[in-house]
Amino acid sequence: MGRTILDKLWAEHTVAELGDATSLLFIDRIFLHERTGSVALKGLEEAGRRVRNPEQVFCTMDHIVDTTAGRTDDTRMPGGREFITSTRASARAAGITLFDLGDDRQGIVHVVSPEQGIALPGVTLVCPDSHTCTLGGLGALAWGIGSTEGEHALATKTLAVRKPKAMRIRFEGTLAPRVYAKDLILHLISRFGASGGAGYAIEFAGSAIRALPVEARLTLCNMAVEFGAWTGIVAPDELTFEYVRGRPFAPGPDQWASAVAHWRTLPSDPDAIFDRELEVDCSPLAPQITWGTSPQQGAGIDSQVPDPAAETDANRRQSAERALLYMGLTPGTRLAGLPIGAAFIGSCTNSRISDLREAAGVLRGRHVASGVRAICVPGSSLVKKAAEAEGLDQIFREAGFEWRESGCSMCFYAGGESFGLEERVVTSTNRNFENRQGPRTRSHLASPATVAASAIAGALADVRELRPRD
Amino acid sequence: MEKFTTLTAIAAPLLRINIDTDAIIPSREMKRVSKEGLAEGLFAGWRYQAPGSREENPDFILNREPYRRARILLSGINFGCGSSREHAAWALREWGIRAVIAPSFGAIFQGNCVRNGIVPVVLDNSVVEALAGQVETDPGKKQVTVDLLRCLVIAPDETRHGFQLPTADREMLLEGLDSIAVTLKLDAEILAFRDRDRIRRPWIYLPTTL
Repeated sequence: MGRTILDKLWAEHTVAELGDATSLLFIDRIFLHERTGSVALKGLEEAGRRVRNPEQVFCTMDHIVDTTAGRTDDTRMPGGREFITSTRASARAAGITLFDLGDDRQGIVHVVSPEQGIALPGVTLVCPDSHTCTLGGLGALAWGIGSTEGEHALATKTLAVRKPKAMRIRFEGTLAPRVYAKDLILHLISRFGASGGAGYAIEFAGSAIRALPVEARLTLCNMAVEFGAWTGIVAPDELTFEYVRGRPFAPGPDQWASAVAHWRTLPSDPDAIFDRELEVDCSPLAPQITWGTSPQQGAGIDSQVPDPAAETDANRRQSAERALLYMGLTPGTRLAGLPIGAAFIGSCTNSRISDLREAAGVLRGRHVASGVRAICVPGSSLVKKAAEAEGLDQIFREAGFEWRESGCSMCFYAGGESFGLEERVVTSTNRNFENRQGPRTRSHLASPATVAASAIAGALADVRELRPRD
Repeated sequence: MEKFTTLTAIAAPLLRINIDTDAIIPSREMKRVSKEGLAEGLFAGWRYQAPGSREENPDFILNREPYRRARILLSGINFGCGSSREHAAWALREWGIRAVIAPSFGAIFQGNCVRNGIVPVVLDNSVVEALAGQVETDPGKKQVTVDLLRCLVIAPDETRHGFQLPTADREMLLEGLDSIAVTLKLDAEILAFRDRDRIRRPWIYLPTTL
């Protein structure tokens, strides 16, 4: 019987079978950040344990650092300095590679890890961060863990994991112009629910996925966790190999051929059997936008705020009613046209150079509506540099966007910067939970292009119907 | 880690779906590099009147008697979805919760529970709702039992509901085991695997930094 990519990677990394479908898996790479990595490193130190193979462990500063110019270890988040200095001291003591403030390689963990060639096809990679599933976009088996599991991985180079079931989702057809990977994943979650992938490792396949550039695959897999999945993965192909080649920690010229030969064996066999299969036709898809406080509460931008009364499931109905109250929305209102107070482009979902190019393409020659605060936070310091080399920063600035230093920034509120009370924000991030971006802030998730178009309109907008340039 | 065998306690119904770890503990409440001092931030967005305040919202269930003394939480599907922050499990544990009964859990949160002495019990939504219905008639007296030895939940009316937990998770909870110590019993296998793998996939192995 044929094997799935999950079967292959699982077998290849199994050190020991522990029974009850649980394996001790070898962990190739570990990434940490100052928010949750600090406590894992400290816990390890306090237990008198050492990091095994520190050369395979990396750390960045992204969650707590400010993203304003001239930033230092002092942060707008009260008490942030301790996280930064503790992480720095622990990382140095453990001998792990740190991408610190001032280092060009600093940035959001899941942007940096592909950028540096740390995440590769076929590796197992863990990080105490739920969006580690992003790296499935390269064909890595990557998943988020807690800090205690982080300590376990650091000390033993393994994790005991129960094998998830395998699901394949085929995205077929061609994406319409201005419809992106972000729209695909938002559509999937709104259609099948925020726990639709629970218990599964999901392979994203089909003609629409093969056509996606690697950075878009990272966006797609990024939100596998919002679908409730253990992780998401896209089989590596020629596009992946070209993306990886030449990156600092990727296999060098002397090892390249054998690495690629191995990676070519990883895709699921044609006769592989999955526990569940879904198919989605991408062709009719409109740009997506969320209207509620769970990623599953979303719809096409050309639709209306749904009526909870139409929801047959009582729990979902109550959840929708509560969400509309929080979001300040009434059923039947057209989503396009809802006035916004802010627009945010950034996060591990959508802050790579291709995201910034798409947004800049919308913004070029246009200006953000008056009264809208618009912010762009490149995903890494290298993305920022590359964008500046192309003049994208000028386009953002001239359009009225703030142009920031790299980090997680206002994807979440940690007591520092936030959007206002009841302020409506259109955001390229991944979570629209209550209070996520600020106390009582109302977040609408969308692609960077939709965020840019909405910033210009001063309201949620259909990026397919842009007004003429100024 | 404190062992868990069996517990009979007040259970608090919080029957919302998709309760995320941002709701269990908002990021702004994770103030130190520490696994402790987090109970005060538990459900802060719902438990207090305003962000940053400590004035209790009397409507929130854990602010009401006798639920202030709850050791078991009943909830809707996908409890603990979202952020991997183990602070959610640490905050629940420090506040006093030893078991959460829900139809499903966020995967990372579920793992974090097991590593912190909290039993994540999966039961059908109809069962969770029935438990909540019974509890609410007299929450101080209508207590729920979570028996990990027999993998049973016993409702106030004595009906029994079996649940499943991965073997390794159950053992970790029953014995209060340190998972690193357990794994290091296999250290010879781990090191032998690494030696074989270094030959098979040399590109994985980076030069040492030390």
